[in-house]
Amino acid sequence: MEKELLFITVIGEDKKGIVAKISTLLYECDINIEDINQRIMDRYFVMTMLVDMKESKYPLEKVREEIEKIGDALQLKIQIQHENIFKMMHRV
Amino acid sequence: MSISVEEVFETASMILNQNLDIRTTTLGINLKDCIDNDFHKFTDNVYDKIKKNAQRLVQAAEKLESKYGIPIINKRISVTPVSLIMETHCTREKYVSMAKTLDRAAADSDIDFIGGFGALVHKGLTRSDKVLIESLPDVLAATEHICSFLNVGTNVAGMNLDAVNMIGSMLKETASRTKDAVGCAKFVVFANAPEDNPFMAGAYHGIGEPDMSLNIGVSGPGVVRSVVEKNRNCDLTQLSEIIKRTVFKITRCGELIGRELSQMLNIPFGIVDISLAPTTAKGDSVADIIKAFGIEAVGAHGTALAIALLMDAVKKGGAMASGNVGGLSGTFIPISEDSGMIEAVKCGALNLAKLEAMTAVCSVGMDMFAIPGDTPAETINAIIADELAIGIINNKTTAVRVIPVPGKKAGQSVNFGGLLGEAPVMEVNPYSSSDFLNRGGRMPAPVTSMRN
Repeated sequence: MEKELLFITVIGEDKKGIVAKISTLLYECDINIEDINQRIMDRYFVMTMLVDMKESKYPLEKVREEIEKIGDALQLKIQIQHENIFKMMHRV
Repeated sequence: MSISVEEVFETASMILNQNLDIRTTTLGINLKDCIDNDFHKFTDNVYDKIKKNAQRLVQAAEKLESKYGIPIINKRISVTPVSLIMETHCTREKYVSMAKTLDRAAADSDIDFIGGFGALVHKGLTRSDKVLIESLPDVLAATEHICSFLNVGTNVAGMNLDAVNMIGSMLKETASRTKDAVGCAKFVVFANAPEDNPFMAGAYHGIGEPDMSLNIGVSGPGVVRSVVEKNRNCDLTQLSEIIKRTVFKITRCGELIGRELSQMLNIPFGIVDISLAPTTAKGDSVADIIKAFGIEAVGAHGTALAIALLMDAVKKGGAMASGNVGGLSGTFIPISEDSGMIEAVKCGALNLAKLEAMTAVCSVGMDMFAIPGDTPAETINAIIADELAIGIINNKTTAVRVIPVPGKKAGQSVNFGGLLGEAPVMEVNPYSSSDFLNRGGRMPAPVTSMRN
């Protein structure tokens, strides 16, 4: 079965519990984490997670809503975007 | 193929911090098949065709916004130039009634603007075209969502001065009948108007287009400004290269959304218009890009070079990113919709003469600028004729969206609010050219049009 890959991007100040909170949510939704990376860029803490939503129990809109709640609670900017947008923009 | 953290961060921050968005998805709809001898049947057909398809557009665009986390700001409709479909119904009353139908269809399907209430009159006026122009003050006063256009010149037909001469008085009447003259913000006059332009007020569904087509307008002045600011010391060749690379990425977003949306709707993908379109949001300004080049204020000597460089780089980056580049594709330099342009007028750096010169190298023309309400109609016509002559001779699109604000003098300001922004009232040249314009007729096509 083909994967449905999306990137979750977290931008902001590094703090405890970011990975824990997001990965708990993803586990509850039945979304698999394929890869995690983090870096300090332009003074920001940046973490990206590549996730597979193929078996997700919830539609993307609902997952986005929940992720945004975590972002608000931790005062971080969190984005979830299908991987195609990155392929289009960064690969010729 | 793995995507690096840096690449993901770059895309995410373009959207989160630099106002990257898809500015508009505009669905072009042919209305010729709606024509009926019975006018009520005709308007019903128009309403049904627009509403059905507009609703599908809005729903599909919202799905893609969620999938890609990129805002799609406007969902719009453009239609067959209305003067064409009204040939057998051309009375002022019926024109107003058709406008109200289109307005209602837009409102009922969450569409903010519907474009195409206009005519192609570059070679001459039909009876229907004349009635349409005469009805415009009524139409723009009676509707909220209707945008109107006229194409009065092309580089192969020359310029129809008789049509230009009808516009000044029409605009003054429209200004007097709409709050803060805002009706004039919904009318644009063109030379060489593209048939697939997705941006308002000039969008229309051209006569060479299929039954429906989907056109995308990307944007991103904030993204370009941000990379220019990070590269303060590079030379012009490097600067152009940096802008090209950035615009490539922006355009790819538009291409992606266009491809998927057209697939979801089963409607042919028309074009991506790669124009940099400013908004009044902080940082989302074309003027700020020019300033980041190293120019103190827009209008200073050097501004035309800066815009020429920017335009060219935008086109080169966009052309590589999409096989469907079209519409206006360049850089818009409206006054009221760009906080940096407003500032430049207010501080005296930018006047109408320099704005006109800048339009010789930008993609469109003199856009969203206010002039004193007591400006003679003939002077408005002359402003339009000058600007369009630039387009006709230089084989490019030019346009004018001018707002004569009743009761206001140069130096005062008018606030339209929202997307349309705030316009400082600009001084016009007090000398008259009315004897010249009153000669009327048609400016012949330039010799450069003889290419066969």
